[in-house]
Amino acid sequence: MSTARANRLTPYLFLAPAGIVLLVALFYPICYMIYASFLDWNPSQRIGEADFVGLRNYIKLFSDDAFRESMWVTLRFAAIVVTLEMVIGVGLALLLDRNIRGMSVLRTLFILPMMIAPIVVGLMWRYMYHPTVGIFNQTLESWGFEPIPWLSDGSWAFTSVIIADVWQWTPFIFILSLAALQSLPSSAIEASKIDGATGWQQIIYIKLPLMLPVLIVTLLLRLIDSFKVLEVILVMTNGGPGLSTEILSIRINRTASEFRELGEAAAMSNLLLIVLLILTFVMFIYNKAQEIRAERMRAAEEEA
Amino acid sequence: MPEIRLQHLRKDYGALTVIEDLNLEMADGEFTVLVGPSGCGKSTTLRMIAGLESVTGGQIMIGDRDVSQLEPKERDLAMVFQDYALYPHMNVAKNMSFALRLARMNKSDIEARVKEVAETLDLTAYLDRKPAELSGGQRQRVAMGRALVRDAGTFLFDEPLSNLDAKLRGQMRAELALMSQRIKKNMIYVTHDQVEAMTLGDKIVVMKFGEIMQAGTPEELYRNPANKFVAGFIGSPTMNFLDAELSEEDGVLHARGTGFAIPLAEDRKARLQAHKDRKITLGIRPSSFAEGSGGISMPVILSEYIGAQSVLISELGGQQVAIEVNTVAPIRAGESREFTVQGDEVHLFDPQSEAAL
Repeated sequence: MSTARANRLTPYLFLAPAGIVLLVALFYPICYMIYASFLDWNPSQRIGEADFVGLRNYIKLFSDDAFRESMWVTLRFAAIVVTLEMVIGVGLALLLDRNIRGMSVLRTLFILPMMIAPIVVGLMWRYMYHPTVGIFNQTLESWGFEPIPWLSDGSWAFTSVIIADVWQWTPFIFILSLAALQSLPSSAIEASKIDGATGWQQIIYIKLPLMLPVLIVTLLLRLIDSFKVLEVILVMTNGGPGLSTEILSIRINRTASEFRELGEAAAMSNLLLIVLLILTFVMFIYNKAQEIRAERMRAAEEEA
Repeated sequence: MPEIRLQHLRKDYGALTVIEDLNLEMADGEFTVLVGPSGCGKSTTLRMIAGLESVTGGQIMIGDRDVSQLEPKERDLAMVFQDYALYPHMNVAKNMSFALRLARMNKSDIEARVKEVAETLDLTAYLDRKPAELSGGQRQRVAMGRALVRDAGTFLFDEPLSNLDAKLRGQMRAELALMSQRIKKNMIYVTHDQVEAMTLGDKIVVMKFGEIMQAGTPEELYRNPANKFVAGFIGSPTMNFLDAELSEEDGVLHARGTGFAIPLAEDRKARLQAHKDRKITLGIRPSSFAEGSGGISMPVILSEYIGAQSVLISELGGQQVAIEVNTVAPIRAGESREFTVQGDEVHLFDPQSEAAL
């Protein structure tokens, strides 16, 4: 082999391990799942023994009330937690973006929830929500209030899982917003002070617009994550009571393990995957648009 | 437009005192330039006047108002920043009108005002562009325009030209000088460039280590520097400093060093009596040398031909000396020439205190 040819092949050689991992760990399972979604497949069967049923699994899903309910719970959950997390996370970042003594300790404390394993978070909250020995009800009772059925009442359970998720994931938005805030050009903010902007006006007219690119990507990342949430809710409520907290990933889990409908579970997973792909694609397009804009501005600057 | 007074101004950063006791008066409508090497406290002083840095002690008086504890927006100021500090997400028109929109001025007035300023700054064609789509010089003008649209009483400039290339800097300097003539307002301008200071300022304040070394008109500072630091800072090429001794011969005081003896003007004699026969530092501006026979013979080590002038690097008594002479043809290195110095054009400093004698 000539040296030139070897040189040309070197990058591919270095990329190969990652490529193989991707093929085996990602591409293969996805193809497998897409194929499985067209089968009437029971866990006791080998995949080769399952009957091919075409689009029946998908058609069944759209007429399945439980699936529709689960989709609705997931959408509501994602919309509410991401909104709350964005508002609180960005708000905290704006509040803590200053140099006060002990601020670095405070910042570290704020991001701790994010570093705890989701299963642990689920267990922790389950104990805190415990109807008799949980800290919330004990506190309420000691103040003379009625205890709240945190996890045993449908609408309360939905609120409870939202609180837990907001607790765990607000730090993610807080961290990214704080980083965005601290990388803002300080002189532009100073200029706005001289121009007469109050604290609020600085936030609304200068800081938030300048943080927007980071905020949009953060929002999409969190949205993608919140569609995939599983462990915390699984541990806290396992989707109940009723279907009140049965988000899609729990529904998929139950369809596969409890109802033993692997084909249907695969079809659901594919639908979830499509939703996530759309979100990822939006993010990709947004980043690309930003790049193109930056490129155009650079060109215009050189021209000017 | 009121006068501005800084009274016993002090600034500490923790245990570090940057400015200890600064006192300065700026007359109504005066263009004041704060100049000095980096770390001399000039930018800190300006930022304290702007309200962007807190004041540790003392007062900033604008007219009869003590503004030292007020928010920037309550001080009636406009400011141009070194990095322009434009709002990257707003176009030029929005950048310029931001302060007016915050002040809830009515729309047609804002538009008229922005249009008027944009015309004087040649920015009309760029009003719809974002800052990133502009060249450095255009951004600089937008920053200027943003300050100008506000009818503020005081304009502050924090090294506004230092990010521009040399040619553009010269252009903008001239535009700034024209602007300051036109709109007679209080202007405080910070720079480390003595040429900017000399060409723009009605008054120059030379600072070092948080202290004012001298404040005065450009001519005062050039002709009568109060100390060696100001003498070395103002003027280009830099003043030559030579070790010498003051001695009297035939009733005339001379500054005598290795290889030279320069007779001093008669009217300085009385003031210098106390320093007779003592060591002094002699300061001679490069332009104070004149070529002429009967002068000091000096070798030309290096010759920088600039056109009408040449700067020669020479040597006198083992010390390097720069000489600026008018030239018709380039002078070659290696030649030896004779130069005279007028006794009334030399500066004398105390070698210890560095104060002018």
